[in-house]
Amino acid sequence: MDLNEMLSYGFMQRALIGGSLIAILCSVLGVFLVLRRLSLIGDGLAHVTFGSVALTLLFRLQSVYMTLAVIPVVLASALGILKLAQKARIYGDAAIGMVSAIGIATGVLLASVAGGFNVDLFSYLFGNILSISSSELAIAAVLFVIVIAGVVMFYNELFASTFDEELAKSSGLDTDRINAVLVLLTALTVVLAMKVVGIMLISALLILPAVSALQIAKGFKAAIISAAAIGVGTVICGISVSFVLNLPTGATIVIINFVVFLLALALRSLLRHP
Amino acid sequence: MTEKALTVQNLCAGYHGTEVLQDVSFTVNPGDYVGICGPNGSGKSTMIKIILGLLAPTAGAISVLGKPLGGFHDWQRIGYLPQGLQFFNPHFPATVDEVIRLGRLSAKQFPRRFTKDDARAVERTMEWMGISHIRGKMIGELSGGLRQRVLLARALVNDPALLVMDEPTTALDPETRESFYKLIFEMNREKKATVLLVTHDTATIGKYASHLLYLDKKVIFYGSFDDFCNSTEMTGFFGEHGQHLVCHRH
Repeated sequence: MDLNEMLSYGFMQRALIGGSLIAILCSVLGVFLVLRRLSLIGDGLAHVTFGSVALTLLFRLQSVYMTLAVIPVVLASALGILKLAQKARIYGDAAIGMVSAIGIATGVLLASVAGGFNVDLFSYLFGNILSISSSELAIAAVLFVIVIAGVVMFYNELFASTFDEELAKSSGLDTDRINAVLVLLTALTVVLAMKVVGIMLISALLILPAVSALQIAKGFKAAIISAAAIGVGTVICGISVSFVLNLPTGATIVIINFVVFLLALALRSLLRHP
Repeated sequence: MTEKALTVQNLCAGYHGTEVLQDVSFTVNPGDYVGICGPNGSGKSTMIKIILGLLAPTAGAISVLGKPLGGFHDWQRIGYLPQGLQFFNPHFPATVDEVIRLGRLSAKQFPRRFTKDDARAVERTMEWMGISHIRGKMIGELSGGLRQRVLLARALVNDPALLVMDEPTTALDPETRESFYKLIFEMNREKKATVLLVTHDTATIGKYASHLLYLDKKVIFYGSFDDFCNSTEMTGFFGEHGQHLVCHRH
């Protein structure tokens, strides 16, 4: 099958555009999350998404409404993780673990009430970007603009508090607000990313392009741009390879990302010891 | 009347019911270089955190650069240099230039965009500190001494009226430590900035600071080094040897 034929399909065009938008968001936010040791927040929020998706399936909502219905639940859970960490005096990883477990438990209970797991829930667990509809792509584009605008507006504050939170606070920055902005933007991104790689593999899309970029980038802005480029490249490559070889798209994207990470690691060693 | 650099009145602070500072009062004049010493757990770092607005006191009042701390918003007039970065990641992908520029954020309103003025201020500070040649280097690739210089440049990039430092030389070797102290001393002389420096290095600080604040939850001594060295009360408190250790290089 040649490239022109592959690109002539409407579903492939939508998948490539939607996948690229989501890859940019995941990779950019991933750099902040990885450096702040919050990588697993993607996993936690994804598990909340699982519970929310199970709820929407119970009410037999259409896929496009499902995305919109899941957003407020995941946003509230993201803020819940922050509040739990502050008020219950526990570390962030414990708060993520608690919210994550509640999300999964809710999903399992609801799926059980609905009469067991079905194909729909399975597609959300492992993603199916090739099935993205025009209206879902439109939602993805709107959320992309919102998240990117948020990152651009708060870029310097996010950078400062990622570099060192105490130094940022001593400069008069409201680090609680910055943390809230970061987790809310991440929550929106997670809802979108479940369509690409699925709930089980979202954290891979948040972590892998970022850690690959961190191996080779010389500077913070360079890390953000490299991560976005790696994210888009691997998602496009993953969608194409999975289509041609008839493989699961989400898993293919993750494996390609891992290969890129190994290459970046090797490149870094080469640059250090030529 | 001249604006005081810092006024601390009857300050009390603590963590989980344990009092760390008890009724601490002192005043710092503009241009003073105050060395803050005391044993571990004496409340030195707690006081610095309160001055920087990172921690709330349980009682008392503080005025910074003439304004009560509660209504203080001129954070660009304060430079802060910590002991080290809280959770420093040697692989953090930031260049020296990017780190120093972060110091300019305190002077900005949302969305805190950098301008050409900021680039010029960064350039000027790097030149003054002799670190222009490493502007493109990654912060994690630098030695401990150079990294502290970069963080000092970040603290100085706004030409602050008050520079607050919390054990900035702890991780440095003696030679680097001495040159670091000299740099602070020059900055205090040339730029007329008030300096508050927390240190355990009582033997060296006497050579550079104009005043000593000795804390042990309460103020044990506050005044000029000359007063400290001539105080028979301090001889009684520290013993002749202890007092000599602080004073011999002054």
